[in-house]
Amino acid sequence: MADRSKSGYLDRKEARRIQKENRDTLKKLERSRKRKKIPESEYVTTMKDPANAVEFDDLHTFFYTDAGVVKSVDGVSFDVPKGKVVGVVGESGCGKSVTSLSLMQLLQRPQGQVTGGQIRLNLGDKAVDVTKMPEREMQRLRGNYISMIFQEPMTSLNPVFRIGAQVDEVIALHDTKGLSKAGIAERTIEMLDMVGIANSKGVYSMYPHELSGGMRQRVMIAMALACSPSIIIADEPTTALDVTIQAQILDLLAGLKDKINSSIMLITHDLGVIAQMADYVVVMYAGKVVEKGTAADIFEHPSHPYTIGLMASKPVVGKRAERLYSIPGKVPNPVNMPKYCYFRDRCEKKLPGCSQGYPCEYSLSETHKVSCRLWENGSTADDGGES
Amino acid sequence: MRTYIIKRLLISVVILFFTGLIIYGLMRSLPTSYIESMAMTKSMAPGSKSYDEWMEQLTAMYHMDVGILPGYIQWIGEVFRGNFGDSWKWSVPVLEKFNDSVWISFTMGLIAFVIEMLIAIPLGVLAATKQYSKTDYTISVAALAGISLPTFFFASLLKLLFSVKLGWFDLYGLVGRDYEQLSQTGKILDQAKHLVLPIVTLVVVSMGSLMRYTRTNMLEVLNSDYIRTARAKGLSERRVIFHHAFRNTLIPIVTIVGGSLPGLFAGALITETLFAIPGIGYVSYQSMVSGDIPFSMFYLVFMAVLTLLGNLLSDILYAVVDPRVRVA
Repeated sequence: MADRSKSGYLDRKEARRIQKENRDTLKKLERSRKRKKIPESEYVTTMKDPANAVEFDDLHTFFYTDAGVVKSVDGVSFDVPKGKVVGVVGESGCGKSVTSLSLMQLLQRPQGQVTGGQIRLNLGDKAVDVTKMPEREMQRLRGNYISMIFQEPMTSLNPVFRIGAQVDEVIALHDTKGLSKAGIAERTIEMLDMVGIANSKGVYSMYPHELSGGMRQRVMIAMALACSPSIIIADEPTTALDVTIQAQILDLLAGLKDKINSSIMLITHDLGVIAQMADYVVVMYAGKVVEKGTAADIFEHPSHPYTIGLMASKPVVGKRAERLYSIPGKVPNPVNMPKYCYFRDRCEKKLPGCSQGYPCEYSLSETHKVSCRLWENGSTADDGGES
Repeated sequence: MRTYIIKRLLISVVILFFTGLIIYGLMRSLPTSYIESMAMTKSMAPGSKSYDEWMEQLTAMYHMDVGILPGYIQWIGEVFRGNFGDSWKWSVPVLEKFNDSVWISFTMGLIAFVIEMLIAIPLGVLAATKQYSKTDYTISVAALAGISLPTFFFASLLKLLFSVKLGWFDLYGLVGRDYEQLSQTGKILDQAKHLVLPIVTLVVVSMGSLMRYTRTNMLEVLNSDYIRTARAKGLSERRVIFHHAFRNTLIPIVTIVGGSLPGLFAGALITETLFAIPGIGYVSYQSMVSGDIPFSMFYLVFMAVLTLLGNLLSDILYAVVDPRVRVA
């Protein structure tokens, strides 16, 4: 094992063993998912707190690759309260997007699988666990109850269909009022107006390549909001856009959220965006939540060394610095995660105790939780954390 | 769009002129000369003129006593008067020989092509949507086997199985022994029956590459962002694949359709020879080998015209399926 991580190569025996293991596990998982009839009792559940729109509870999402099992999301728990914005931050590859794709059930299957934990979704009259829901039921929720804004507006619209047709499609699909064709088109134009597209009638019959990136992202947002979803996942909605458009898009999202009173799960690695938008912040590192709390908790009292490092690497307007701070070292190999705190080797404040197992979650206040041994004393350990 | 097509057609004329020149130059420079071999035979007859005298006379007779460029101009002049000349090898007007042999090849090619598309594209889509499954592997292996099988081998296998062992079809030929006694519909059915094995050969041998091509394209499309968007809308998998993905897969496939236009008229030399079908593939090969300049010139320039038209056709089809390349 030690040899492998050093050289990065697998010997043939090892590769074959991994392939066989993957095949067996995936077959079992896919078979249970592909059953003809999945009884409702298997996925209907109750919310821990009815004020939450979504509860991620000890979510495990793994990718079974030829190099071994990649634990992209490894025991993530956090809540998205109704009508609030939850920001999820972390560096590339830390599992932010995979967490949201698990909620949408849009993982690249069969390699990507939710292997444990629950994602409870509050549907008002009942709650469901989306990780166990059959595909057909899930299709009814997607685009209607939960919708997603993706990070690449340039490629996220189908190039061969007109904008109008693409927005119409989602409205017609989840329409319960029996709208006519003209009614649907009217609703689409209304949505395009709402996201601030001036020439909405003209854009209705345009193709995606005739629009700029910002316009396309607006169309994506119109499409995501067309059915007034209760939960909007915005996966780095402004990464591909320049700063002025970014501000407009964020304002737009915040305004629309209030208008249709939905919760937003905002995924980004831009702390500025989080500070502007989020009510709650979840900081992820290497597939785990390292710190979570209200925006005030995180920005005023960052407690995990990783969060502190993130804050320090953000440029500050008006302050001259020779070099921008960066956290030393790199993320451990996702196939072979160490047995101790994943951040230990990069941490500037490591204690001798840090080598013994992954730290559990410590509560600093009612809302503020952190997984770091620095807080072992002077706070009470939460028994819901990792062992 | 109209100005675009007119522009393309005008450019095509220029390209065609030079293509024809190259073909003519090559035909004239071939080591096998029909005139030389004819002079050789004639001079060997008892009491005949010498080889050199025959050469001089025949060259003048066939208008080959000028250089390549004047010869080519001369040929074009004749073509504009609608005269493609007489075939040297077949001793009939070029058009007549062509007309005799091309339609059987065209029918065979067209049927094979349509069957190929009808089988290969759905199979390619199926293999892509079930990537790395048993279905995918089965289809891919079958396709690879089809690509790798040499035509002559596969045709012989078919003959052995269906003609020799089972006796369902005749070994070769286009018509049966009792063809003349059959009624009109009987004649058509008899010919159709004789075309079954050649068409099966053509389909199996050429289907694999189209299927692989469809599969690769479909996989690429299925991994794109807009397919994820379509799924995020809550669309059923069926609609995602056959509406959103398929339209995008069509874009590269139409180039194949346009590019296969000349192929329909080119005939299939090996298949035609094996099944003794007097198609254009066989005739054009014989003409070229014996240095029959009028026939080869007509045939090759005709192919060049079809290739140019095929390219234009794929460009137009491109614009039909892909809004991004439409010219205002």
